[in-house]
Amino acid sequence: MTTNADVSTAASVLSVRNLVKRYAGQPVLSGIDLDVAEHEVVVLIGASGSGKSTLLRCVNLLEELDDGQVFLDGVDISDPRVDADVARRAMGVVFQAFNLFPHLSVVDNVTLAPRVVHGVSRELAEARALELLDRVGLANRARSYPDRLSGGQQQRVAIVRALAYDPRLLLFDEITSALDPELVGEVLALVRELAGQGRTILMATHEMGFARQVADRVCFLDGGVLVESGPPEQVLGDPVHERTRQFLRRIIDAGRL
Amino acid sequence: MQRERLAFRRSRSRRSTAVALVSTLVFAAVAWFGVTSAPGWPRVRQSFFSLDAAVRALPAVLEGLWLNVRVLVVCEALILVLGVLIAALRTLRGPVWFPVRALATGYVDLFRGLPLIICLYLIGFGLPGLRLTGIPNDPVLLGGIALVLVYSAYVAEVFRAGIESVHPSQLAAARSLGLNHRRTMRIVVLPQAVRRVLPALLNDFVALQKDCGLISVLGAVDAVRAAQIASATSYNFTPYVLAGLLFVLLAVPSARLADWAARRLARRQGLA
Ligand SMILES: Nc1ncnc2c1ncn2[C@@H]1O[C@H](COP(=O)(O)OP(=O)(O)O)[C@@H](O)[C@H]1O
Ligand SMILES: [Mg+2]
Repeated sequence: MTTNADVSTAASVLSVRNLVKRYAGQPVLSGIDLDVAEHEVVVLIGASGSGKSTLLRCVNLLEELDDGQVFLDGVDISDPRVDADVARRAMGVVFQAFNLFPHLSVVDNVTLAPRVVHGVSRELAEARALELLDRVGLANRARSYPDRLSGGQQQRVAIVRALAYDPRLLLFDEITSALDPELVGEVLALVRELAGQGRTILMATHEMGFARQVADRVCFLDGGVLVESGPPEQVLGDPVHERTRQFLRRIIDAGRL
Repeated sequence: MQRERLAFRRSRSRRSTAVALVSTLVFAAVAWFGVTSAPGWPRVRQSFFSLDAAVRALPAVLEGLWLNVRVLVVCEALILVLGVLIAALRTLRGPVWFPVRALATGYVDLFRGLPLIICLYLIGFGLPGLRLTGIPNDPVLLGGIALVLVYSAYVAEVFRAGIESVHPSQLAAARSLGLNHRRTMRIVVLPQAVRRVLPALLNDFVALQKDCGLISVLGAVDAVRAAQIASATSYNFTPYVLAGLLFVLLAVPSARLADWAARRLARRQGLA
């Protein structure tokens, strides 16, 4: 795993430059600059409403940017001439909840994008899906429907679905926030495993302990501004900015660090 | 212990069946007595419930009903296709699609507000009145067009409600997988939407079943028109009663199906 935060744009999987996003005139992201190098795990932290989800949605082009650029492997995917549907194929996303399609079985959820978007045959897609499900211990649930799975199992299937077409970049948005506490561990363990395999990950989380162990870099967002960014020991242990310190104090008071 | 409980439960359920049966019989007897003791009953029975007139009208009315059934099936198929299409057009976002969206909205507003009977007259008598070449003047066809126009507006709204009930995260999840808008609709949104609105769709189907009888106002010889002809020749209203009864019988299976679909949906939502 690379821990070097100082990577040039060309070598980065993801580069965000001066990203601005407003809702009804109100800035929600004010000039974000962010790079994620290959094999790097970058964790976004910040209070609720600080813009973490918006940033991830902008990177995935689910929102229109008001200013700035998003580069994926050096290509400006925020260019309006770029087909967003094509650009998204290189990214795998997992949201907080309601990820899986309830009318499709687990294996159909996982094979949907490979078959429909990437043109993989059903046999190949299913073989690969079963292999991935097996690795996360869910091969026996392949024919189940999502509502028969626990929340933790559902999120693991959602992660498998995002992996099924080998994306360059994984985007996770608080994927354990909607889970019962006893189910958080199994999902984080899977993310840790992906990090160990050298996957490139940009994720928002409230799990500070997890961020400290797994992140190569932690970015603190506050009011749509990227206040501080650095190795987890530094940002979480000895932050430079007063706003970061305040945020961490609140987290510690809440008993979550 | 367990056997005793089972036996108790069985005897209780037998008793409630018996109670239901007795109360139904009492209710029917009271209703029957009330109607037959009315002073005008002998005349009403003669002109509305004459077995003789019913038997004579039956073949023609049945043949008419067969036309209604065919109109129903063809119209329903067209209505479903058109309804989904209009609903999908109304979900398009972005300024490019404004005219399409506005057109679809205008269509729904117009045909949901227009009374069916007026639409039937306008299409049935107005269209052929233009004397344009290629415009049909078959009353069955024209009546069918009017039914499709009006019912598509209703069904489009039902579909739209279903589409909007699908959680926005489902759309985001589909788009993030690289599915375009069309595939997202077809593979992710519509299947969930249809499941949710199936009871409402079946209800509209039941309503369409009886409204198919309105094509008779254009002169199509369906069950209602056949009954009208039969009653005019026999000076007896029984053929109308007969046609009404047949329409009701036709609607019962669909109504039960709608009940079943609604129950199933409630059960599934209770689970989720
Ligand atoms: N669709 C939207 N319309 C208007 N405001 C929004 C929308 N989505 C997010 N916001 C606002 O943007 C800000 C950042 O939200 P979000 O990115 O969800 O924060 P986070 O994920 O860090 O909790 C919040 O103030 C939120 O109210
Ligand atoms: Mg969020």
